[in-house]
Amino acid sequence: MRGHRPVSSSSLLHPSLAQQVGRVTLILLALLFLFGFLILPVAAVFTQALSEGWKMYRDSICQADVLSALRLTGLVAGIAVPLNLAFGLAASWAITRFEFHGKSLLITMIDIPLSVSPVVAGMMYVEVFGLHGWLGPWLSEHNLHVIFAVPGIVLATVFVTFPFVARELIPFMQAQGSDEEVAAVVLGACGWNVFWRVTLPNIKWALLYGTILAASRSIGEFGAVSVVSGHIRGKTTTLPLQVEMLYNEYNFTAAFAAASLLTLAAVVTLGIKKVLEVTTGLRRGNAEEEAES
Amino acid sequence: MPSKRTNKSWRFVTRSSPLPGFRLSFTFTLIYLTVIVLIPLAAILLHAARQGFIGFLHTVTAPRVLASYRVTLGSAVVAASLSAVFGMLLAWVLARYDFPGKRVVDALVDLPFALPTAVAGISLTALYTEKGWIGRYLEPHGIHVAFTPVGIVMAMSFVGFPFVVRSVQPVLEDLDPAMEEAAASLGANVWQRFTRVIAPVAFPALLTGTALAFARAAGEYGSVIFIAGNMPMKTEITTLLIVTKLEEYDYSGAAAIAGAMLALSFSIMLLVNLLQWWGQRREGNRT
Repeated sequence: MRGHRPVSSSSLLHPSLAQQVGRVTLILLALLFLFGFLILPVAAVFTQALSEGWKMYRDSICQADVLSALRLTGLVAGIAVPLNLAFGLAASWAITRFEFHGKSLLITMIDIPLSVSPVVAGMMYVEVFGLHGWLGPWLSEHNLHVIFAVPGIVLATVFVTFPFVARELIPFMQAQGSDEEVAAVVLGACGWNVFWRVTLPNIKWALLYGTILAASRSIGEFGAVSVVSGHIRGKTTTLPLQVEMLYNEYNFTAAFAAASLLTLAAVVTLGIKKVLEVTTGLRRGNAEEEAES
Repeated sequence: MPSKRTNKSWRFVTRSSPLPGFRLSFTFTLIYLTVIVLIPLAAILLHAARQGFIGFLHTVTAPRVLASYRVTLGSAVVAASLSAVFGMLLAWVLARYDFPGKRVVDALVDLPFALPTAVAGISLTALYTEKGWIGRYLEPHGIHVAFTPVGIVMAMSFVGFPFVVRSVQPVLEDLDPAMEEAAASLGANVWQRFTRVIAPVAFPALLTGTALAFARAAGEYGSVIFIAGNMPMKTEITTLLIVTKLEEYDYSGAAAIAGAMLALSFSIMLLVNLLQWWGQRREGNRT
């Protein structure tokens, strides 16, 4: 577990000098790696963003294109995350509370989006909804736009964040068991009451955790969205796409200014995640213990 | 209870439950999965298959495509190996040692998951170009990172190493120190304790994490394209080639290459499932 357990062996309790040196060396190596590999890139984003001063930074962010990209990113996440939240709840209820054939196949299929390259993910929707795709001709006849429009971006985002809530809830609800829910039903509670009064209070932290992962990914998705977006300035560019466009126009300061917003969101996500892990005991592999507390 | 009866009418339900809502939740899950994942997946695979075996083979083995596999898979192998080494180091330090700021370090490991890939791409590029904080010390020595395969490896390692940490760390944390203690009391030195006690337990998890890192690296797009330079035949990755084909309206070509990539993804997914099953069986044997 974390840190040293009280052990009786003299060699582990009183580490030799060589062991102490090894320990410190390994910790320093790990910290050095993290500094060069994670801290420096984050620091570089903010330094580049502020390289021409605060005023320039503010102006870069307050550009109409960046603001509309920010709005679109919010809109897309606002649709994709609740959809996957509903799916995660339904899937984990069906999977953890009932026994049926093909369950492990279903669980495996939920994981598919994690192993598909984002570019391939975006392309799948071009194959279905694009002009040369299955539904393309019908859609264009009815003047409906999916690819190179907002619905395509939402679909691509839904795909890449598809498993996050379900993957968080399934092991958690499995470990918790269904005793409390069965008791509620036996005492005469109806389905919705069981869900709102028993299930939801028990799973709320795991649900929040999965939702945060999904939200974070949906804000930052680049590859899948890039394929279906068409990069129409001010209309179909999400914030990560806006970063790319500004960068490719050699407008580095503005690109990094927009990137700094995304970096900030990522850092905040990490903070919330860690707080949730520490305060609720999530991810410490002990759902039952947490359920009791 | 009406729900019991409805459950029984669904033949594949193996044990009835007093809980309601199976029909609703299961139907919704299946429809959602089919619409969002299965139908689009089928669309791409069918398009790849429609070209016939010869046509498919012709597209996925064109010289420029083969070169992109070499770049992508070669870089992904190196990146996964680097991820394995540094991921193992971090997992070990986080699982075994206490030091100030450990929680921050633990949280930071997930940064590559949380940071949008485009942001990672441009900031890594900024670091490694000749004016960058790191590049300015490397370039005078003739070490070029940005716009070379080395840069691709850096970006792929960045997105890959957290998979190794998060796979190995819980296994190391669960490993009972009593085992090591026993080995130590029987006279095993540090190296023996590591190779005989820790490595056998951590090995399946390490392989799983490395396979996941490799899969992520092979399919990576956003963080790589900025630092890669994207020279056809030299530093062009396969995912970028798919995007290029799409932009040229060569949908069949893109579908064929995407089909090849999907085959790779599913093979790795299968491998990871086998590895996890192997790891669980080993753990089961030990206790």
